Amino acid sequence: MPFYVSPEQLMKDRADYARKGIARGRSVVVLAYDDGICFCTENPSRALHKISEIYDRIAFAAVGKYNEFENLRVAGVRYADLRGYSYDRVDVTARGLANAYAQTLGTVFTTESKPLEVELVVAEVGRAAADDQIYRLTYDGSVADEQGYVVMGGQADRLGAVLADRYAPGMSLAAALRLGVAVLGTPAEDDGPARTPQAGQLEVAVLDRTRPRRAFRRIVGPALADLLAETPD
Amino acid sequence: MTGSADASGRLPAAFTTPGSSSFVEFVSQVAPDLLPAMHGRTMTDRHGATDPVLVPHATTIVALVCADGMVMAGDRRATAGPMIASRHIEKVFPADEHSAVGIAGSAGLAIELVRLFQLELEHFEKIEGMPLSLEGKANRLATILRGNLPLAMEGLAVVPLFGGFDTERRVGRIFSYDITGGRYEEHEHHAIGSGSVFARGSLKKRWSPGLTLDGAVAVAVEALVDAADDDAATGGPDRVRAIYPVVATITASGYQRVTDEQVAAVAARIETDRTVTPARPARARTAKKTRKTTGGEAS
Repeated sequence: MPFYVSPEQLMKDRADYARKGIARGRSVVVLAYDDGICFCTENPSRALHKISEIYDRIAFAAVGKYNEFENLRVAGVRYADLRGYSYDRVDVTARGLANAYAQTLGTVFTTESKPLEVELVVAEVGRAAADDQIYRLTYDGSVADEQGYVVMGGQADRLGAVLADRYAPGMSLAAALRLGVAVLGTPAEDDGPARTPQAGQLEVAVLDRTRPRRAFRRIVGPALADLLAETPD
Repeated sequence: MTGSADASGRLPAAFTTPGSSSFVEFVSQVAPDLLPAMHGRTMTDRHGATDPVLVPHATTIVALVCADGMVMAGDRRATAGPMIASRHIEKVFPADEHSAVGIAGSAGLAIELVRLFQLELEHFEKIEGMPLSLEGKANRLATILRGNLPLAMEGLAVVPLFGGFDTERRVGRIFSYDITGGRYEEHEHHAIGSGSVFARGSLKKRWSPGLTLDGAVAVAVEALVDAADDDAATGGPDRVRAIYPVVATITASGYQRVTDEQVAAVAARIETDRTVTPARPARARTAKKTRKTTGGEAS
């Protein structure tokens, strides 16, 4: 390379590039409720998911470039299934998966010419609310152990502030879902009109701790409309 | 190695390679030693040996279709030669939400094969976002079974029976297999394992089109009772230890195991129907008295 570029500048450029890509899409909101963890996002596609099942009690949510996070999702399913097959199903944990993702994102960020333009959440639902785990992974491989809720993608900071104000632990699923949807509809400017995303435009899934083995469940169609229509208590 | 990560902790390239939705194909690339018996691996120089290896063998499985779907049931006995290896082994498993697999043959390999098959279906469902078709599942099982052929030739055969609710056609369907992975669709009913000859005879007489779910459960349990009656390797309902056959129903609402209480009630009814009051020895003193028979007829 003919010109010298300082490592600081190089990393900053990559980070800016990745951040721009991630902010372009719609946000994903993840929040814990009394019986599990709820994921919601605006996604008109019925087939291309941003929220998916990884293992019995582990789910995955992502924002950014579809082909890149889809690749990571498939890798996660393979990682979890292989680990569960060679040891036991209980030995597959969100922490292990988050570490593998962090190493992968980190290595790509420092060694390859283009960072992955993705941000991920790996969440695991426990037997009790105190055992729930939500890990947020960014494009450079840093991991954050989040308590209760996460907003990523789009105007994540702005939406995160709104959610932080209104979030309370131990909400019912309907209340958590309505809050999530309200946060997604937060206006882009301070005095703009709030939108109300319609059920048909939403992708919603939960990790429900009351389900016996596979805790992941998508909420679609009439079930989703019913939950959104429930009157606030 | 368990293939979960390379030295740097990064997920290896095989994990992020797009393509296959099959867990078996994936494992055979990254950790082939984890698979029970793949690619012609043989144990020892047993070729041509005529005596079977003495490991636990699973025995009778029956399956039949009914109006709402299908029923599969298996007894609870495993034998190793003339010895009872287990009285409470389970040989009928949910393959996924809408299908079941029952196994006969070498028990250890068979259970491993079921575990791999369950994972194969779940893996596909997670990666593709929708379950395989019933035919697709049946074909995957044939492929997995074919991998076991070298061991089957050495006397460690596994023979599954697969069935489920076809969500497209809205009917219950049954598939049987041979050790080479040959797949055959069965109609109405089928049985596999050492007691299958007797179970099939029973099913032939008792099965009728359009059975209710409860009716089909009763027919399945009776077929197992008949198999246990004549086959030493099949265990009947065991009231002393409260060990009852595993009976599963698969309908539009999915796989469901019938409770032990319900199976016990069916078994008790069969037992009552078949109980014979022993005839007293025909001595002069009692010969004149009317003998009570099970039907209550007096002569």
